[in-house]
Amino acid sequence: MKRVGIVALNTFREAVRDRVLYNLVFFALLMMLAAVVVGQISIGIEESVIVSLGLSAISVIGLLISVFIGVALVSKEMEKRTLYALLAKPVRRWEFLLGKFGGLVLTLAVNTAAMAAGLFLVMLYVKHSLQREDAVVLVAVYFIWLKLALIVALALMFSCFTTPLLAILFTAGLYIVGLYVQELRNLPVDVMSPATAAFTKWLSYLLPNFENFNVMAMAAHGRAVPGTLILQNTLYVVIYCAIVLTGAAAVFSRKNLK
Amino acid sequence: MSGFAIEIENLTKEYPFGFLHLKKKTSLEGLNMQVEMGEVFGFIGPNGAGKSTTIKLLMRLIFPTAGSARILGRPISDVEMHKDIGYLPEQPYFYDYLTAAEVLDYFARFHDLRAGDRKERVERMLKKVGLETARKIQLRKYSKGMLQRVGLAQAILHDPKLVILDEPMSGLDPVGRREVRDIILELKREGKTVMFSTHILSDAEALCDRVGVIVGGKLRGVGAPGQLVDMKTQGMEILFALTGASDEPLLAKAMKTGEYYRLQVAEGELYVAIEQLRGTGARILSVTQVKATLEEFFMNLVEADRAQAAAVEVSGK
Ligand SMILES: Nc1ncnc2c1ncn2[C@@H]1O[C@H](COP(=O)(O)OP(=O)(O)OP(=O)(O)O)[C@@H](O)[C@H]1O
Ligand SMILES: [Mg+2]
Repeated sequence: MKRVGIVALNTFREAVRDRVLYNLVFFALLMMLAAVVVGQISIGIEESVIVSLGLSAISVIGLLISVFIGVALVSKEMEKRTLYALLAKPVRRWEFLLGKFGGLVLTLAVNTAAMAAGLFLVMLYVKHSLQREDAVVLVAVYFIWLKLALIVALALMFSCFTTPLLAILFTAGLYIVGLYVQELRNLPVDVMSPATAAFTKWLSYLLPNFENFNVMAMAAHGRAVPGTLILQNTLYVVIYCAIVLTGAAAVFSRKNLK
Repeated sequence: MSGFAIEIENLTKEYPFGFLHLKKKTSLEGLNMQVEMGEVFGFIGPNGAGKSTTIKLLMRLIFPTAGSARILGRPISDVEMHKDIGYLPEQPYFYDYLTAAEVLDYFARFHDLRAGDRKERVERMLKKVGLETARKIQLRKYSKGMLQRVGLAQAILHDPKLVILDEPMSGLDPVGRREVRDIILELKREGKTVMFSTHILSDAEALCDRVGVIVGGKLRGVGAPGQLVDMKTQGMEILFALTGASDEPLLAKAMKTGEYYRLQVAEGELYVAIEQLRGTGARILSVTQVKATLEEFFMNLVEADRAQAAAVEVSGK
C-alpha cells in the first residue's frame, strides 16, 4: 500500500507541475463574472442561478480533466518509457496502476474542493449570508467528485486496452450513455422479444449509471438530499471502480511494453 | 561467491505481425545462458540481435513466448527480488517535470530507506555520476548523456547485488565512458554482479570476465574474451624504420604508416624475415604477436549470419 501512495503523490505532483490546477483561474473568472451579472438582474433567483452555473462548471471542468488526464495517466508513461526504470523497482504493476488512479482522484479532490470554496464565496457575496440548507451544495459537489472518480477508472481501463484517442472516445461515449441508463430501464419491455428484453435489462445494469449523481436541481432550490442516496452513490462508485480497476490491472499486468 | 546471478533457460520471444498477427518474428530463440555471481558479464551483438529483448524479458517489461529465467535464485516474476537488482534501460527517460535529485529520491522511496539515508544516498549518487551542478534542473532540460547518467545513478542507488545495464556507454562523452568503466569496476570490486550490453567491443574486452555473443536472436558463444576468440597466434608483426632505399622484395609486403613500416609474417618465417630486413639496413623497432580480437570474432559471426540470411532469401523461403 505504501508503494501505491508513493506513486499517487508523484502523480499529484505531476499534475501540479503540469499546471493542471490553472483551470481554477478560469473557474474563478467565470464565477466573478456570474456574480456581477446576476447581481444586476436580482429578482430572487440569484442563488439558484449561481448554484446551477457553479455546479455545472465544476462538473464540466472536472470531466475534461478526468477524461483527458485519466487516459494519459498510464499511456503517457508507456509512450515516453518512463515506466521502464520504475517497474524495475520493487513495484507491482497493479500497485502502479492504483497509485496513478489515486493520484488523479486526489488531484480532482483538491481541484473540486477549491472550486466549491469559490462557489460558496460567490453565494455569500450574492446572498450576504449562508443557511443550513446550503449544505446540499456540498453534497452535490461530493457527488460530482464521485462521478469523476468513476470516469477516471473507466478512462484508465480503456487506455490499457486501446490507443489514447479511442480511449477518450470510449470514455466520453460511455459517460453520455450513462446519463440515460434510466431511460433504458424504462423502455417498454412488453413490445420486445424476451431475448432483447433480457439483454436491455442486463445492459442497463452493466453500464455505469450517472443519473443518480445529478442533484443539481435539488441543490439549486435548497432541497435536502436523502442520506440513503449519499450512501448508495458512495458504495456504487467504490464497487464499480474496484471492478473496473481490477479489469484494467488484469490487462495491464500482462501487457508487453514496447 | 558461488551460484548464478542470472539463469536463463530456453528463453524465446516472438512478435506477431502482419495481417491478423498471423506471421511471427523471432527476436530471441531458445536462449540458454548463465551469469555467475560476482562476475562482469558482457552481452554483445549487432543492432537488432536481441540484447534489449533479453534484458526486457528479465525485467518483466515484456513476457516470453517460451522459457523461463531466474535472478538471484528467484523466479523473475517475484517483484520483491527487485530490491536487490538495478536496471538501466536503453535510452532511459524519466519524469521530465522532476529534477535529478527529485527523481532519484522518488525511486529511493521504493526501497524502504529512511528519509535521512535517502537524502545522503541521492547526494552521493549525483556526485558519482557527475550531476551535482545540474541537480536542480528539470530533466526536460537535460541532454541525452545527462539522462544516461541519471539512469545509471538510479540503477545503483540502492546498493543492489546485481546490476543490469543496457548500453551504459551510449550517448556519453569520453570522460563519461571512462567514468562508467570505473563504476563497473568498482561494483565488481564490491562483489556485485554486473551484466551489460554494448557495441563497444574494446570495452567488453577490457571489463568483462566473460562475454556472450548474440546474433540474430541466437547465442553464438559464451566465454572469457580471450577464450572465445581463437588464441592461436595468427602471426608476427615486425615494426621497423628504413634508413635508406632498398629493392628487397619483402618490403613490397610491408605496410607504411607514417614513417614506420609494418610487416606481418608467419611465426616460422620470423627469423628469415628479420635477416632479410637486416640486409636492407632497416632498424627494427618491435616484434609482436598478432592475435585475433573479439572484433574479428564478432565480424566473422555477423558476416556468416548475413550470408546465411541472404542464402535463405535466394532460396525463396
Ligand atoms: N515491439 C516489437 N515488435 C516487433 N519486433 C520487435 C519489437 N521489439 C523488438 N523487436 C525486434 O526484435 C529484434 C531484437 O531487438 P532488440 O531491441 O533486442 O535488439 P538489440 O540487440 O538491443 O539491438 P540494438 O543494439 O540496436 O539496441 C529486432 O529485430 C527488433 O526488430
Ligand atoms: Mg538494444
